[in-house]
Amino acid sequence: MSSFSVTEPSKRSKWFAGTLVILYALITMIPLAWIMLTGFKSPADAISYPPKVIFEPTLEGYVNLFTQRTRQTEDFLANNPPENWRDEIVRQYDMVIVGPSKFGERFLNSVIIGFGSTFLSIFLGTLAAYAFSRFKIPLADDLLFFILSTRMMPPIAVAIPIFLMYRQLGLSDTHLGMILLYTAVNISLAVWLLKGFIDEIPREYEEAALIDGYTRFQAFYKVVLPQAATGIASTAIFCLIFAWNEYAFAVLLTSGTAQTAPPFIPTIIGVGGLDWPAVAAGATIFLLPVMIFTILLRKNLLRGITFGAVRK
Amino acid sequence: MAEVTLKNLSKSFGTDVGVADISMSIPDGAFVVLLGPTGAGKTTTLRLISGLEKEDTGEIWISGRNVARETPAQRDVAMVFQQYSLYPHLTVRDNLAFPLRSPILKTPEGDIARKVSEVAEVLQISHKLDNKATALSGGEMQRVSIGRALVRDPAIYLMDEPLSSLDAKLRTDLRVELKRIQASLGATLLYVTHDQIEAMTMATHVGVLNEGGLVQFGTPREIYENPNSLYVASRLGLPRINVLPAGIFGGAPSGTAQIGMRPEHIAQGDGLEAEVQRVEHLGDQNRLHLILQGHALTTIADPSVDYEPGAHIKIAPRNPLCFDADGNRIR
Repeated sequence: MSSFSVTEPSKRSKWFAGTLVILYALITMIPLAWIMLTGFKSPADAISYPPKVIFEPTLEGYVNLFTQRTRQTEDFLANNPPENWRDEIVRQYDMVIVGPSKFGERFLNSVIIGFGSTFLSIFLGTLAAYAFSRFKIPLADDLLFFILSTRMMPPIAVAIPIFLMYRQLGLSDTHLGMILLYTAVNISLAVWLLKGFIDEIPREYEEAALIDGYTRFQAFYKVVLPQAATGIASTAIFCLIFAWNEYAFAVLLTSGTAQTAPPFIPTIIGVGGLDWPAVAAGATIFLLPVMIFTILLRKNLLRGITFGAVRK
Repeated sequence: MAEVTLKNLSKSFGTDVGVADISMSIPDGAFVVLLGPTGAGKTTTLRLISGLEKEDTGEIWISGRNVARETPAQRDVAMVFQQYSLYPHLTVRDNLAFPLRSPILKTPEGDIARKVSEVAEVLQISHKLDNKATALSGGEMQRVSIGRALVRDPAIYLMDEPLSSLDAKLRTDLRVELKRIQASLGATLLYVTHDQIEAMTMATHVGVLNEGGLVQFGTPREIYENPNSLYVASRLGLPRINVLPAGIFGGAPSGTAQIGMRPEHIAQGDGLEAEVQRVEHLGDQNRLHLILQGHALTTIADPSVDYEPGAHIKIAPRNPLCFDADGNRIR
């Protein structure tokens, strides 16, 4: 038996809200689903019109993404039978695999630079936010405004000076250079978000820890950090998403050693015609880390983006 | 346990006076209650002793050491806060063990387990030890927070209105319990409250604060029977002391502007005629609200006698307290 309640939504409105959410989720997921499907299509299916929703799946896109191939004479092909399923796939086009593509390397670069700059932004951001939140800092408000002002123009507006500076300093096309750059862009967001979270944690907890026999730094990491975990997690997601998806600086400042996946994926198109399935396969793999990271931290994220609104 | 001495302690926050020139000695094993209204400097005094605030001038001595240069951790004090006292990310057990695990105490885990269960037993929270601190009721939280102080054996326990957020029954129970624990441990305790019942029932010494200054320090009985100002007299006693112009009854020493009579210090049957306004039957006594020449008075009366509103009775003061125009006592 259900009883009437003012705060508990009725069955009907729950049903309505549920339908809306599912509809919205479906609409936003269509492009993602399309990319994932295209990754498993053959090049012909990928560009067929009308678009195919039902097709015979193939790993061609993934094989093309991870390998470099060359066209060979019929003689060569006849004398060298395919050794594995990957060879068989590329034989359809009279090609052989000559080695791995650069995708693996570029993907690894993205991981190093994305997670590296996220870690650094959070590490520095947490310390700065704690200091701004707890200590009397001369001109604190002006400093905070200055920190925020670095975000008031599009980061790419300073691309040319950074490009010249990096060339002088030898930071062009290095992991360190990209980590520092993304950290510089993210840190203002990190300081501001984290300061908000730390402000919400009553000082009394630290004071209690100080009296309980701990130093200020011990009180910080034993009492403040665990309570700021929610804020740290959601800030980390924002930082990672920016660093992971950044395209313009990556195109400008990296070309080889430190090139990340975003500028690399479009270059696949140029290799042997319009290979959409390989591009889609690259995009799918590229999405995974952020997706996994977000799913792992999603509880925190949900609580994090409503920060300030709900107090426990 | 140890003696704590404050010498000419002052602290202001900008233009606000927190504590003004307080000197006080808290004897070893004493239960000292600081009494005063909001903003009188009670909490600031505790925070200065604990080292959470730095004094502007004056000295604090704990166990014979001047602690001016010591951090809160080094001062060896335990404090119970009014609110926000439990670490919300820890269980009750870990909250209680937190001070014992500090780098200063570094208690072996075996001893921690023993102490935590002892204290939990005393405070009747044993069954909640594995709960998250946030999953407790207000009363349980406050007991855990008192427990977190009791697991230690500090020079002094500082308590900042620890019972103020509890309901009446729990407050009474814990008051008795706290006094029992303090007496059995022989602990030195400085306790801040604005509740005079707490002050009267638990304290060995009461310090009355007003606007940052210590206006009187003595046993609860001294403070009640022998207040040195009208302010102190009106802080203690329920119903409050009745204050009348000196001229009404006459016979006061010269310079007296006002006389104060506690409700039990009004004799009936003789003297001036007052009108009964209202009678409150409390069971063991009656409270009479009287009007005497336009002044409201409260007194207590025998519960077996019926008083009708509108009736007239004769009253006279018994050992009234005399105060001058500034509220200072004239003896």
